[in-house]
Amino acid sequence: MMISRRTALAAGLGTFAAGTLPGLAFAAAPTDRRLLFVIQRGAADGLAIAAPTGDPAFAAARGALADEAPTGAKLDGMFTLHPALTGAAGLFAAREAHVAHAVATAYRDRSHFDGQNMLEGGGTRPYGRDDGWLNRLLTLLPASERDALAIAPAVPLALRGALPVGTYAPSRLPQADGDLIARLSALYAKDELLHPLWDSAIKTQELAGDIGGNNGRNGAELGTLAASLMAPADGARVMMVETGGWDTHSGQRGRLAAQLRGLDQLVGAVKTGLGTEWANTLVIVATEFGRTVAVNGTGGTDHGTGSAALLFGGALAAGGKVSADWPGLGAGALLDGRDLKPTRSLEAVIADAVAHHYGIDPARAKKALYPEVLA
Amino acid sequence: MAIQYLAANRFGLGRRWDDPAIDDPGAWLTRQLAAYDPAPAAIAGLAGRAAIAAAYIDYREERQAMRQEAAAMTDEEKAMDPELRRLSRSEIRRHYVEAARARLSHAVATPTPFPERLTYFWANHFAVSADKQTVIGFVGNYENQAIRPHIMGKFADLLIAAVRHPAMLLYLDQAQSFGPASPVAARRQRRQGKKDLGLNENLAREILELHTLGVRTGYTQTDVTSFAKALTGLTVAGLGRGAGQRLMPADASPGETLFVGPLHEPGAQTILGKRYDQPGARQAEAVLRDLAVHPATATHIATKLARHFAGDTPPPALVERLAADFRKTGGDLPSLYRTLIASPEAWQAAPALFKSPWDWTVSMMRGLKLPPLGERQNIPALFTQLGQPVWRPGSPAGYDDRVATWAGSAALMQRVELASRIAGRIGDRADARTLAPLLLADALDADTREAIARADSPGQGLAMLFASPAFLRR
Repeated sequence: MMISRRTALAAGLGTFAAGTLPGLAFAAAPTDRRLLFVIQRGAADGLAIAAPTGDPAFAAARGALADEAPTGAKLDGMFTLHPALTGAAGLFAAREAHVAHAVATAYRDRSHFDGQNMLEGGGTRPYGRDDGWLNRLLTLLPASERDALAIAPAVPLALRGALPVGTYAPSRLPQADGDLIARLSALYAKDELLHPLWDSAIKTQELAGDIGGNNGRNGAELGTLAASLMAPADGARVMMVETGGWDTHSGQRGRLAAQLRGLDQLVGAVKTGLGTEWANTLVIVATEFGRTVAVNGTGGTDHGTGSAALLFGGALAAGGKVSADWPGLGAGALLDGRDLKPTRSLEAVIADAVAHHYGIDPARAKKALYPEVLA
Repeated sequence: MAIQYLAANRFGLGRRWDDPAIDDPGAWLTRQLAAYDPAPAAIAGLAGRAAIAAAYIDYREERQAMRQEAAAMTDEEKAMDPELRRLSRSEIRRHYVEAARARLSHAVATPTPFPERLTYFWANHFAVSADKQTVIGFVGNYENQAIRPHIMGKFADLLIAAVRHPAMLLYLDQAQSFGPASPVAARRQRRQGKKDLGLNENLAREILELHTLGVRTGYTQTDVTSFAKALTGLTVAGLGRGAGQRLMPADASPGETLFVGPLHEPGAQTILGKRYDQPGARQAEAVLRDLAVHPATATHIATKLARHFAGDTPPPALVERLAADFRKTGGDLPSLYRTLIASPEAWQAAPALFKSPWDWTVSMMRGLKLPPLGERQNIPALFTQLGQPVWRPGSPAGYDDRVATWAGSAALMQRVELASRIAGRIGDRADARTLAPLLLADALDADTREAIARADSPGQGLAMLFASPAFLRR
């Protein structure tokens, strides 16, 4: 599917407002740089994405979920990539991937709503800001690089703010995602009318809404779409896509593998779709918080704190490396006795990556993106 | 007993985000009967009958011209025909779409949702369906001008207004009916040698079967034929087909209901054992007024109203109480509504009823401060997808009013998908955790509350709220 920004406009499928404010001077010179922010809604499990297989406490702390971790690609003496992330392993070997581990935003509670609000808004308390760090980033960029777009029906908070941004939503009615369907199955379980109706509806429904569905091809489709909107010279330069389905309270092994296959194919499709522009592209993958170290009674994990963020791109500062001030998983090392203790600010990881990508002074980037958290 | 929830959802269209809590449900509903506005601003600006009729006449003339040209057309030109026809239909459709849009905005905004639900109930009872080209443009006007002004009066006046509206006359073929012994029939036989009876019984039969007495209540085929004869003369200026059109007065405005004397079957008619010898239009009106207060009509209406508010198998005590009220007051509708409000049977949580797609969508929109649908949203297409095409039940019986009509598996998936899309548009700009206790009030159960709280994003929480068992029901 090739959809240029112009065809999206002509078809009237989305709103696209190019951000050009006249009369402002910028130090940075125009470049071909592109930025893609992939938000993982639902708290992705960093301990599964990049497993600390070298931590002596890991196998015991993770129980059954630790079993298959060693079969993935070894990143260094400590970390092993999830076995489903085969494409990402290739990128890591080519120094086009970076893992920042034991990171968290300033948020320390465990509500998705509040956590995502802080990840996107970049403030110090939930609902403390009504603009997002991506929009504030736009103010640092030359006018020619401010075309920003979200593949979403409405502008997500991270992109909301003073500068105009666009949204693009594929015209096809999105099917309800698999995670929502599973949750409704639970909600209808005791309902004599809805339970059989819903069971029958699910049987006839081909799940194709979330990135994990369709053996990862849904992720590839989303990545191809994103790349097609970013690749043209006059395409979007700053872009955001949303992924859901990371809230793996039960049956994590299979569900998370499907999610990560989707993410892997998403990133792979972005690289393929951008071609030579990949060298000028930064992809940031981040989630609102991590998951518990211990496995719960239903083969899943519950809301935690520290997680991992992934960076991809052709010009990373530290491609092929895992950065972590590893707190350990041993007794006494966990936050509240249950979560991976965050030792680095996710906001700082993002601000540093963006500063390097655009050649902006890191202090200036931190002040603009996260004036409260990193001031 | 979840009386606040039932007041807002069973009797209303769901709580609006800015509505105060309902402290006294009975008083809240009763107040709406007095506060009811039969001509709300949202529908006041819609096109009148003359403009709607003009759109149809244009369409008919274009089609006629096309047919005449068709003989000289190449195959290629003939292939374009459907497209041209679509264009000429678009003006008719515009009236339909605008009326549906106005109906939706009024539903979302109205401070009197109970009378609004009663409007839908009566429009469905006296159903017309946007299946015929002649009717499509008029269906909105029908609800707004025949139903709305009469739902707070006598049943007889509502019946007469519904029967006399051009949408009904065209939908049930009355506009082309004429008496077999009428002056028109005699002239046709004389001039053209035609001996067609000219009588169409469709409207008469449906009035007896659907609108008043109810099926199998003792009327005979002879009653139907006699009633059909009494109804002759009623037609629509400029739009009907058949013999009557040339007899229209020169100043008749197309789209208006007329009584054309020469179409009317002369003489007295005997219906249900009673002789009607009134002249002209007064004959049918006298029959309608008798049918409207017939005991079988009282039971029929009481049963349908009870089913709508108390479930598929309405309690006999409720039906009888409503029927007795109807008989006592001669079909005074507000009295009927007050009796309904005061009936404990309508306030039982079980059996729960299932919101129609329209009621469900409206209740989502009322609950959200932000507009959940795009400005370019095709309203008719949305409700067709959800399984309830606006004003198009496909039958004069209207939509069947039972749980199973709306609770289907594909329909449920459609609702979840729409809820999911709306949740995607609203995202974190509404908080389902605070909305749920507001919209579901005393029917918010622990499972739903927990499911929303555990949602993986604000959007998912919103979708869970709208797809929750209590929100789907009423």
